[in-house]
Amino acid sequence: MPEALLRPFIRLGHSVVSGIWRLGFASRFLGAILMMSGATFRRPALLMREIYFSGVLSLIIILVSGLFVGMVLALHGYDTLSRYGSEEWLGVLVALSLTRELGPVLAGLLFASRAGSAITAEIGLMKATEQLSAMAMMAVNPVARVVAPRFWGGVIAMPLLAAMFSAMGVLGGYLVGVVQIGVDPGSFWSQMQSQVDVERDILAGVIKSVVFGFAVALIAVFEGYDSEATAEGVSRATTRTVVTSALVILGLDFILTAFLF
Amino acid sequence: MKRTTIDLWVGIFVALGIASLFFLAVQVGNLRGTEIVEPYELQARFDNIGGLKPRAPVRSAGVVVGRVHHIDYDSERFQAVVVMNIDHRYSFPKDTFATINTSGLLGEQYIGMEPGGDEALLQPGDTMIKTQSAVVLEKLISQFMFNKAAEGAAPK
Repeated sequence: MPEALLRPFIRLGHSVVSGIWRLGFASRFLGAILMMSGATFRRPALLMREIYFSGVLSLIIILVSGLFVGMVLALHGYDTLSRYGSEEWLGVLVALSLTRELGPVLAGLLFASRAGSAITAEIGLMKATEQLSAMAMMAVNPVARVVAPRFWGGVIAMPLLAAMFSAMGVLGGYLVGVVQIGVDPGSFWSQMQSQVDVERDILAGVIKSVVFGFAVALIAVFEGYDSEATAEGVSRATTRTVVTSALVILGLDFILTAFLF
Repeated sequence: MKRTTIDLWVGIFVALGIASLFFLAVQVGNLRGTEIVEPYELQARFDNIGGLKPRAPVRSAGVVVGRVHHIDYDSERFQAVVVMNIDHRYSFPKDTFATINTSGLLGEQYIGMEPGGDEALLQPGDTMIKTQSAVVLEKLISQFMFNKAAEGAAPK
């Protein structure tokens, strides 16, 4: 009887301890990646391949989503702003929401589910099929050869994708606001330019996207490397990458917003 | 080392990313626009600056001629000292009037310069003597209420 009552607490304790354990291992793993990333930059072909897989192949989803998010923002924004007769602020609304918040965050979430999950699955499968141990046996360090290029590929691709997302969103807002609804293009752009500050708004958004890039890339490679070497383990690691990345992005977003603005 | 197709795609990707950043900085942000060229400094003392902030525009006849650089507090005279950068292309007479205005009903606050008729010009580092503080809404309302009360009391 006491055994059955205690079981939930035992399980809770186990998950807390293993969570902290994994956090510590992830920190050490990040240190190892940073120490061993010299090889990545000495062999740009490796890095190119990873930027291609996580960046170039995410282009379509990022560009299309950005366009639609901008268009929706313009529709909603126009509806509210026109009640106060201040439609010329539509450009400011679209640009500020995208550069400060939606660009980095949504691009980060899309990037985690499009590229992060792929990285985890790839590394996890390499582990499950014992390719990583085969490499280690041939005196090739798997962290330097497999993990570090994927990590840096993600870190480089993410801010560029976020910038493209914001730019496409502004164009989408222009299409709906100016071309379709008929807000004056002069006031759309000039209000935007007078209210959006390069350092305070755009640079802060870029900083956010760089931080998200580091977080998502680390989570993706770590979950892959730490996955159980079974088919089920790889699938669970892939799910965990997406879930953890989403939570970490939104949590970091709150902290960064509090610091930057 | 040979060029590969992947290099081409990565090149396109990086170029697109940089183009987007450039677009954001130039077309969305205010990187170009009213940048103040080779500015010189002017100072002005105000009794109350209201909600004026650094980087607020300085306008003359509606044209942006400079920006507020920083705002200090003079603890001897109990006044705010506003230091602004004015574009070197523009110069103002000595008796220029500096006022703190609000653009629109709820807009940002800016400094308006109303040039006087003096022959001598303000030199870099000079302090403008004639200033008018920001309008504080509460003061305005209380003044109005006191006037009304005084009007009501007078006929008795």
